[in-house]
Amino acid sequence: MDDLIADFVAECREMLEALGGEIVAWEAEPDDRARLDSIFRFVHTVKGNCGFFEFPRLEALSHAAEDALADVRAGRRQADGQLVSAVLAIIDRIGEMIASIEAGEEMPGGDDSSLIQALEPGADGQAAPVAVAAAEGQARTTSAPRTIRLSVELLDRVMSTVSDMVLARNELARRLRESPTEVEVGGAFERLSAIIADMRDAITRTRMQRIENLFVGLPRMVRDLSAELGKQVLVDIEGGDVELDREMIEMIRDPLTHIIRNAVDHGIEKPADRLKAGKREIGILSVSARQSGNQILIDIHDDGRGIDGKKLVAKALDSGFLERDEAAKLNHREQLALIFEAGLSTAKEVTSISGRGVGMDVVRSNIERIGGIVEVDSKLGEGTRMTLRVPLTLTIIPALTLSIAGQNFAIPRSAIEEIVRANGESVTLEHLGGAGVATIRGRRVPDVSLAEILGLDSSVEEIDRTLIVLRPAGGDLYALSVDRIHDHEELVVKPAAPAVMATGLYAGTTLADDGSPILLLDPAGIAEVGGVRLEMQERSARIAENPTASITAATEVLLFRALDGSRRALRLAVVDRIEEVLVSAVKKAAGQLRVQVGEAILPLAGAADVALGGDKVRLFRLNDGTHEIGYAFAEVIDFAVIDNDVIHADRPGEVSGVSLINGEPAELVDAHWLFANHVGAAAHTSEQPVCRLPSDDPWMQNMLRPIVEAAGYRVVSEEEETDADLVIAAQGAEVPDDAAKQTIWLRTEPDSAGKKDESIYRYDRAGLLMALKSASAGRGK
Amino acid sequence: MNELLLVVTIAGERVAIPAAAVESVVELDTLIAVPRAAPHVAGLSALRSRVLTVIDCQRSLELGVSDCSDGIREAAVVEFDGHHYALIVDLVEDVIEALSEPSPVRAAMEAGWERVSKGMVDSESGPLLLVDVAALIAGTSEAKAA
Repeated sequence: MDDLIADFVAECREMLEALGGEIVAWEAEPDDRARLDSIFRFVHTVKGNCGFFEFPRLEALSHAAEDALADVRAGRRQADGQLVSAVLAIIDRIGEMIASIEAGEEMPGGDDSSLIQALEPGADGQAAPVAVAAAEGQARTTSAPRTIRLSVELLDRVMSTVSDMVLARNELARRLRESPTEVEVGGAFERLSAIIADMRDAITRTRMQRIENLFVGLPRMVRDLSAELGKQVLVDIEGGDVELDREMIEMIRDPLTHIIRNAVDHGIEKPADRLKAGKREIGILSVSARQSGNQILIDIHDDGRGIDGKKLVAKALDSGFLERDEAAKLNHREQLALIFEAGLSTAKEVTSISGRGVGMDVVRSNIERIGGIVEVDSKLGEGTRMTLRVPLTLTIIPALTLSIAGQNFAIPRSAIEEIVRANGESVTLEHLGGAGVATIRGRRVPDVSLAEILGLDSSVEEIDRTLIVLRPAGGDLYALSVDRIHDHEELVVKPAAPAVMATGLYAGTTLADDGSPILLLDPAGIAEVGGVRLEMQERSARIAENPTASITAATEVLLFRALDGSRRALRLAVVDRIEEVLVSAVKKAAGQLRVQVGEAILPLAGAADVALGGDKVRLFRLNDGTHEIGYAFAEVIDFAVIDNDVIHADRPGEVSGVSLINGEPAELVDAHWLFANHVGAAAHTSEQPVCRLPSDDPWMQNMLRPIVEAAGYRVVSEEEETDADLVIAAQGAEVPDDAAKQTIWLRTEPDSAGKKDESIYRYDRAGLLMALKSASAGRGK
Repeated sequence: MNELLLVVTIAGERVAIPAAAVESVVELDTLIAVPRAAPHVAGLSALRSRVLTVIDCQRSLELGVSDCSDGIREAAVVEFDGHHYALIVDLVEDVIEALSEPSPVRAAMEAGWERVSKGMVDSESGPLLLVDVAALIAGTSEAKAA
């Protein structure tokens, strides 16, 4: 609490100092609206804060002054000399009281009613002059603060000096390496290095604060407020670990407080009203902070009564902010934005908490001063969401350094979704009319070449580049191809000169550890310059629909040499892991070869008719979801993708077909047959569950069928007359009611349409297996 | 006391920069290019852990390009609008005292000079053109449009 009071005192003192000139100017020109506004903001801030700290005298004074000034602002009253001097007397009295709070003294006794009286229109007589200077002089000598307020410039200077020190240290380190030095010198240098590193760390931290520091006072404030208003409010706070520049935290403290006051006062209804509206008695106020791209987003959401846009418009029309024809053109969002106009508020009654339309214009001007944005969204009856977007510049951000044509750049890590190599197996690059398109695991994203955007000559071939998949704040995914990536670093980002920012490509500049400048790339700007059409691509276009493409992408195989020397391939998905066992662990038992792996005994395939040489044998552990078998092999050759036609074997057997893989023929091992023969005989003696698959759907037959069969189902077509346990159909297809006991719907897009959508994404293998398993388990019922 | 002037040579011409605007004179060695920036922005450099935006004065005046290939360039460091800039010049000569207030130049100058001119000042070494630092930094009008 003491800290908070100290902050309050310091803040008031700063404002008083800044106000000194304004007051004099206002006195000379009482009609000056800007001066009036700033004085009004001061008394409003004092009023808000002392309500919280319980300084009733201060509160009464500031409330009275605020009332009078509000009348002037609303045009109900003219600012005359008498009012001006009454307000000045009050401000002086406030200054005096603050001085005594600072000194830790008891609030001096006294009666303020004469001052308040003097504000009344028509009141005569001058308020008693107050000996402010003497009081202040006294207070200063007695105060002994435990904390001091430093200007950020001073911190900046210290920080830059420390950075210079690091550079000098690096230089010294290089010199020391070049010339032979004694051990003692080296030791001393090490110590110096460690101290400098510590110091740099500490200085950096003086500027950074977890936003928690800002949030920690909120629950108490909301509790007090809601108690006073007879409301019940639950505060939900998230994201306190987001780090923000200290200065930024100071800058958003007031706006945040105002917004929360407004939310509790005007947003959330009284318990009885909430019940009437069919809501829970307790209102929920959630405050969350997160980093998004190069911005920090702070969301304040209440589930209260919301803002009535129409009422705002009516109010704006009344007070002459808005012309009638303009008003008609406003959309919902623009109507809500009226809340930020000075002197506008929908509150019916004026309370001591907030509600004279001062809060929101102050909020906006404060946020915009630091280059931020305030957004408001509200649904009448359902609640209001205020979003503060604060820029990241001046904050330390984690970034990835990368290079293109030998020059280093950095990119904010928060925008990075993933990093893939352009020559990776799951990546294909294509050019359509000069534009690059990358297909990454079946997902198509625009491919932007950083070298091209920057107009640099890159010596790295397109295929050898690295793709950084980015999601800029508020934008759509795209891939940025760069020569190579280097390192993750924490960088102190500073705004760049206007001539540099004008390119739209950079978010700021920073210094690397070696002291050289690095440009921080702006993912959203690059997308714009690179012509990535944000939000323009339809969702379906992002999923490669072409079935042949899917098969090529999906059929990854493990190429190996079998014990008999033949070149074979096995679908990668069925291979669980590779084990090495002693030859003695392989025994013929219960009619077939079995191998002991750890505690388990698995049927062994691939080793029939071959004498096992050596003392160890390596095997693949294959898994179909329920059963495991071993498959012995000599050596793994490579991972590969089947991209040629498969020539199918005439009859079912261990090998289902042959195909050219990496230029040489390889036999494809039929995992299904393996399981059917090695496990199936034992495991599926009982009746197999039956699954109905549409016979005319090539995807179902080619892709899905092996999985369904591997899960122990017998697959039948839709015409076959039999009782099926399960039918699998594409979402939206028509399935007769009597087709099967259960139905699994498959959709082609990864994201479900909603909570009620029980379909499974068709490449969600785990989900599919789960559904297959539960369907076969539940068939007895 | 009259205004102090820093006499520099840009594109072979001796001109004066108000010395009050100049923080220091440095020799730049490293220069990091800023791709896609206006042509007169030669790049970035660091000075005592501050990032300097390097302006090629010759380019800003549309009088050709300063040769940066030999690595080390003399530059005057100025602060303008909260950012630090290094102005690459051919040569930094001296600081001298202005003997007159700037007066308009009534002869027709080249367009680039015309744009950055703040007038003519007298000095011990004859009349000098007083250059507007802000205009040098802003560069040509096309540069702004670009």
